Amino acid sequence: MTTIDPDTTADDTVEAPPVDPNAVNITVNGVPHVARKGQLVIEAAADAGEYIPRFCYHERMTSVGKCRMCLVECDTGRGPAVTVSCMVPVAPDMKVDTQSETTKRMQEGVLELLLANHPLDCPVCDKGGECPLQDQTLSNGPGESRYVEEKRHYEKPIAISDIVLLDRERCILCDRCTRFADEVAGDPLIHFNGRGNNTHITTYPDEPFSSYFSGNTVQICPVGALTAKPYRFKARPWDLSQQESTCTTCAVGCRTVVQSSRDEVLRYMGVDSEPVNHGWLCDRGRFNFESVKSPDRVLQPLVRDGDQLQPSSWNAALAAAAALITEATAAGGANSIAVLGGARGSNEDAFAWARLGHEVIGTPNVYAQMGDGLPAGLLGQPRATIDQAAHAATIVLLGPDLKEELPVLYLRLREAAEKRWSRIIEFTPKRTGLSPYAWRTIGYEPGTQVAAVQQALADPAIAAQIASGDVVVVAGRANLAESSAATVAALRELLAAVPSALVLPAFRRGNVVGALQVGMRPRPGGLDTRSTLQAAADGKIECLVLVGADPLADFPDTDLARRGLAGARRIIAVDSFLTASSSLAHVVLAASAYTEKSGTTTNIEGRVSTLARQVTPAGNSRADWMIAGELALALGGDLGYDTVDDITADIATLVDGYAEVTIEALAASTDGVVAGVPSAIDPMNVVPVDLPDRNAYDFRLVVSRTMYDQATGTANSPSLAHLPRGSAVHLHPLDIERVGTTAGTEVKVIGPRATVVFAVVADESVLRGTAWVPFNNPGPNVGDLIDCFAAVNDVRIENI
Amino acid sequence: MSRLNEANVILAKEIIGRYPKARSATIPLLHLSQQQNGYITSEAMVHIGELVGATSAEILGTATFYEMFKFEPVGKYLVNICGTMSCQLLGADELMHHAEARLGVKAGGTTADGLFTLEHAECQAACTEAPNMQVNYRHCHRMTTAAFDQLIDDLAAGRLDGEIPPHGTLARVRQQIPADKAAGVASLDAPAQPAWMPAPEATS
Ligand code: SF4
Ligand code: SF4
Ligand code: FES
Ligand code: FES
Repeated sequence: MTTIDPDTTADDTVEAPPVDPNAVNITVNGVPHVARKGQLVIEAAADAGEYIPRFCYHERMTSVGKCRMCLVECDTGRGPAVTVSCMVPVAPDMKVDTQSETTKRMQEGVLELLLANHPLDCPVCDKGGECPLQDQTLSNGPGESRYVEEKRHYEKPIAISDIVLLDRERCILCDRCTRFADEVAGDPLIHFNGRGNNTHITTYPDEPFSSYFSGNTVQICPVGALTAKPYRFKARPWDLSQQESTCTTCAVGCRTVVQSSRDEVLRYMGVDSEPVNHGWLCDRGRFNFESVKSPDRVLQPLVRDGDQLQPSSWNAALAAAAALITEATAAGGANSIAVLGGARGSNEDAFAWARLGHEVIGTPNVYAQMGDGLPAGLLGQPRATIDQAAHAATIVLLGPDLKEELPVLYLRLREAAEKRWSRIIEFTPKRTGLSPYAWRTIGYEPGTQVAAVQQALADPAIAAQIASGDVVVVAGRANLAESSAATVAALRELLAAVPSALVLPAFRRGNVVGALQVGMRPRPGGLDTRSTLQAAADGKIECLVLVGADPLADFPDTDLARRGLAGARRIIAVDSFLTASSSLAHVVLAASAYTEKSGTTTNIEGRVSTLARQVTPAGNSRADWMIAGELALALGGDLGYDTVDDITADIATLVDGYAEVTIEALAASTDGVVAGVPSAIDPMNVVPVDLPDRNAYDFRLVVSRTMYDQATGTANSPSLAHLPRGSAVHLHPLDIERVGTTAGTEVKVIGPRATVVFAVVADESVLRGTAWVPFNNPGPNVGDLIDCFAAVNDVRIENI
Repeated sequence: MSRLNEANVILAKEIIGRYPKARSATIPLLHLSQQQNGYITSEAMVHIGELVGATSAEILGTATFYEMFKFEPVGKYLVNICGTMSCQLLGADELMHHAEARLGVKAGGTTADGLFTLEHAECQAACTEAPNMQVNYRHCHRMTTAAFDQLIDDLAAGRLDGEIPPHGTLARVRQQIPADKAAGVASLDAPAQPAWMPAPEATS
């Protein structure tokens, strides 16, 4: 045994820094570069500042080596060899030559062959000006073609879905769209067809590429083969101006770039944000910009005159609104005033409205949720980021169908399950988009989630899985026809069993997390939305202020919403559209929309990112925060804000958890800044409701959202408006037999309050004994059957 | 019925069971459906997709890669005349002209009685026996125009029914469910044999 004298060894090791086991030394065009082990040559060269041309390679998808555009010469000691740089990882001492004569000749050859069958109709091609094929032909192409034969011909664009068109002549068969559909979206509805020269992309006849994520294929197609209806022939890339922004359609908060020409928004593109969306967008978020320029926008303030809402000046409308609030305070005190909404705007909008409500008007009744989420207290739980969720050993889903409600979060979690670094345990009243990828899907009848969780935790395999590593619970409201009490209790059960688990709140609506965190939630003694509507129905609300809220469409219990709006003595609406609810208002204040105002937004993980003002607000509309400021002045208060930045700065100083979210920090980071978990947020208070037994003849109602519904953004976007599937009662095929009816027939769905007639759809994702109806879809309204005070809602189904 | 029929669904499930992943059975099932209908119908592709857990688009994409899958009805006998080098040098063109005249259709066509489809083919790997052709992928070596006429006469008269099954049937012996599997219980005395081998005693 030898002893090592520490003094003598120290001298030897002091010089050499520890060897990084992941470092690989290569040279790129003669310049030494340290690459990472396993890194592809194409990526290592990019890090070294050499862009290798490519068509099929995409950093977010598997390499397939299809197009051969990325050929370069690499020498690993056996002389230079032609190498497909998107398929080959770096090796020690590799010499990469991206500019050799051979490389150049190969690139010219590949391009000449690609162009042999390419129609070169650039003058009428939407991709012209931003086309990798054009660009790389210019930079790496031969300049001349030797091909004189007839090119192949196909019918010019064929629609492969409601939104996407395919021009097969332009397609270079790079496999990006098909790979995306299969690998990323999990909807392999497009595929190569045929062989050799006749290969082309097709769908199955009569089975369109109806993926929720189809727009991404248009963005990643390296030629003009795939185009999307909303942008076709609208602009040339060099006419577009653009700014980075964040999608506020749902609470994932995908990073986007908003492009406009002549003050009109024409396109959104996904931006690759590592912690959030990896470059992808869902079609709803991508295409609902059309609603911004809808002819139905509210362009100026409206004041009620008898039955009619009459256009008015801002001064008159603000004075009228202030008068309504003053009268209401005089009649019933500040507590008789309630402010609902705020989730559609920015953090700044919400903060200004929260201050107006709480401080200037002086009411504790301010709430950003529409009775369709879990209690705001969920935000006080130790929070997971999206990345933590997508890398957790175990992801527990106790919430809505993420594919329908938070689509890009679905993509992230699907990837985690597909690549097998995470396992998903799902508790759900109906099979979801993630069920095919879940390790365990545990179906429960509404109201019984606590038992389902307890039972699962007692299962040794599940317990072992949960104990195997970190756990993230994605928690939200899976069923609108059920009180949230059981879900909250089940979540408590889970968190008690796994105290280290983090929670990713599956709140859905745009900036609802931001609105709740910056203050649009009840102060002590204040009312939530359900209690507000109940109080209004009882005649106790003198003035109801709807800040972009539409309870008639969004609150699950339509009857209560109807009675509440009828019972509220005065209604003020701040809205961009006349919705079912805002058209009942006495004063409508015209609100500017997304892309018309700057500010910040907060996503489900608490990430605050910026919104771009890319176009002028429609008509005389104003940002919500400005309206709040003006209204405060009219009421004799002063919020003291001249610019959005004033509010952003104020939020950083005043709001719990937002101290780091300064204007400077936001400007410095493209991925936004994650706000801290608020330390003092109301506990998840839910009053447990007794669960009645289900009569064997009854069906327990499950109601949840679909990606396309009658939301204003969707309904006012012509490309999306026809996509909602329509309201119908979905039953398990065996239950359809039991009822004695057939799919497609109309049946009476009878609840204690109402009878609604729906068509029957056979749906194996529905549990036996339950009936699923999509919420806020065109057709008969399921909200008429929902009692929001009941633990669960049971219905009878009868033939007509 | 252009989806797989009941007997073929049982066989399809057996075939799927031979692979670690269901979708690996796509090609054998396409052959099975071609055997049933003479060509691959649209409904069959949807059905195969359901059976192996793939979308119809994936089945169509895979199927159209292969020359031997037909998506339109073809004659009972598919006549493929090789036109590649060896055969061409030894009279393939003449044979094709003769065939076109005899059958009254151009290459690619099907006779009105639905008996013959004539096709041009690339090398059939029987160059030493040129000119070569195939009927439903059964080789006919060193063809002459006279031999061709005789062959057509024989086929039309049903004299070769025992040797050349109708288009779509690849093997003389239909794939069978092994006896040990058919019963659902394996007899301990039964000789151990790999499950994927056709059970000869069960062919009748
Ligand atoms: S359509 Fe576009 S993305 Fe799809 S294979 Fe063709 S070129 Fe590639
Ligand atoms: S997932 Fe949500 S944030 Fe992302 S693009 Fe879709 S709607 Fe927008
Ligand atoms: S980019 Fe490497 S082969 Fe296409
Ligand atoms: S050339 Fe005809 S079989 Fe080979």
